[in-house]
Amino acid sequence: MNESGGGARALAWRRLSGVGEHELVPQARLSGPMPWVIAIMVALTVIAAAAGLALRNAASATTAELRGGVTVQIVEASPEKRTKQAQAVVRRLGRMPEVESVRLVPQDELDGLIEPWLGGKAGHDDDDYESADEAAIPVPALIDARITGEVTDARLAAIQAALRGEAPAARVDAQSRWLKPVLDAIESLQWLAIALVALLALALAAAVLLAVRSALGANRDTIEIVHLLGATDRQVARVFQRTTGIDAAGGGLLGMVLALVVLLFLARRFASLGAGMVDYGALDWLDWITLGFVPLVAIMLAMLTARLTVLRTLRKML
Amino acid sequence: MNQAADGEIVHFDNVGLRYGTDREVLSDVSFTLYPGSFYFLTGASGAGKTSLLKLLYLAQRPSRGMIRMFGADAITLPRDRLPALRRRLGVVFQDFRLVPHLSAVDNVSLPLRVAGIPERDIAKPVADMLEWVGLGDRMQARPATLSGGEQQRVAIARAVIGRPDLLVADEPTGNVDPDMAIKLLRLFEALNRLGTTVVVATHDVHLLKKVPDSLIMRLDKGRLSDPTGALRYPPKRATGAGGEDEA
Repeated sequence: MNESGGGARALAWRRLSGVGEHELVPQARLSGPMPWVIAIMVALTVIAAAAGLALRNAASATTAELRGGVTVQIVEASPEKRTKQAQAVVRRLGRMPEVESVRLVPQDELDGLIEPWLGGKAGHDDDDYESADEAAIPVPALIDARITGEVTDARLAAIQAALRGEAPAARVDAQSRWLKPVLDAIESLQWLAIALVALLALALAAAVLLAVRSALGANRDTIEIVHLLGATDRQVARVFQRTTGIDAAGGGLLGMVLALVVLLFLARRFASLGAGMVDYGALDWLDWITLGFVPLVAIMLAMLTARLTVLRTLRKML
Repeated sequence: MNQAADGEIVHFDNVGLRYGTDREVLSDVSFTLYPGSFYFLTGASGAGKTSLLKLLYLAQRPSRGMIRMFGADAITLPRDRLPALRRRLGVVFQDFRLVPHLSAVDNVSLPLRVAGIPERDIAKPVADMLEWVGLGDRMQARPATLSGGEQQRVAIARAVIGRPDLLVADEPTGNVDPDMAIKLLRLFEALNRLGTTVVVATHDVHLLKKVPDSLIMRLDKGRLSDPTGALRYPPKRATGAGGEDEA
């Protein structure tokens, strides 16, 4: 009788939790390898997606910054002539209607640019420098201008022709041209990230398919019994779908946490580099929301795969 | 609910069954089951009783012939319509076929859950049924911890809990003591009086005498005969049924 009372309590609990409804076939939740496999897949997918998004941000920010950017180099050995020509070029560019802004790059900035390769004194070839021997390298003057619209070869040639009077040896270059190989490489990496995400999704679906097939095989007798009792394929599929969903939710959450730890660690490492293009690669809030969808998509993909696998397999049974 | 549209529950016409390329285990089987009748299916071991029951509870399709159940052609019926037919059946399998990971109470609840009955309407009838078959104190026991007789009683409780239109029982009293066998037979009779058509396969000749109004079908090497005229004449409690052709 005591057992009967316990049975009634157990029944009441089942009714509250709805557990009994989903126990048509036995499922070992969170004890099999599936949640861990999903966790690894989700973590790798989030990291690959974050890398793709960061590369996209870096590429688009760099492209936006360089769009319309033109660099004029005044290559002149004599420091006085170089300074005069540079100032004349700045004035001439300032008068051109298509030029939005123009700036003579200060000597300190130039020093900073060449310091890592040539040392701190390489650019000082002017008269006030102490030793002429140490200032043997004439560094060109640099003028940074921004023009409206795209920088084309024809427009570059026109600017060069317009500046010939002020600085015959001036060299005019589009800034975007210097970084084109880098941007091309970044684009390739972006495609690689997309391909990785797609492959990981495929691998996740394959892992779920194998796990569900194995579970179906192990529970074939039970499924046959519930079929004979009038269960529909969809009822059986719902059991596997639900169980897979729970496994995927646990695994997805774990994978997301794992990925966040890795991303925060990498973010700190890259932030300490202090390099411009790396800074551009920072993820914005929309990117984080996108990454937050990865576990949700993984759960849906896992559940859909489980459902289709069960329905397809059961079709072969009477 | 218990009445088929044309006054018959099941109609077999010239049915044959073979497994693979072996010889037929059932040949030219023809009969009609009428609503509210009680049938015994007898025959020696290997006569084809279980095979015939498999066709009856839709676990097997015949190699030839025609089967109508509840007015539907059970052979050409699409798979997605089979569950609706199966829910009108109660089956006691010879090997019980209890779901091993479920307790006795969950096993008995299974047909009701499958049919979408709300949980609040399941607990009491299931508990009452288990109490009635003498397993009130074993409700939470799993099949592996039950004796053969107890498993058989759980299987019977599961088969009858949904008040099926057709109850098919394969040797349902084979593992229980004589008193319990009589008790279970009374349960089948009670169900039968409520309108359920009952088919009990047995080779226990003593059992046949316990149900006076029952009709007997005998299988011999896969062929059907009817010593009580069950297949030749309308059964006594058949409502609106005409005579049927014999096997």
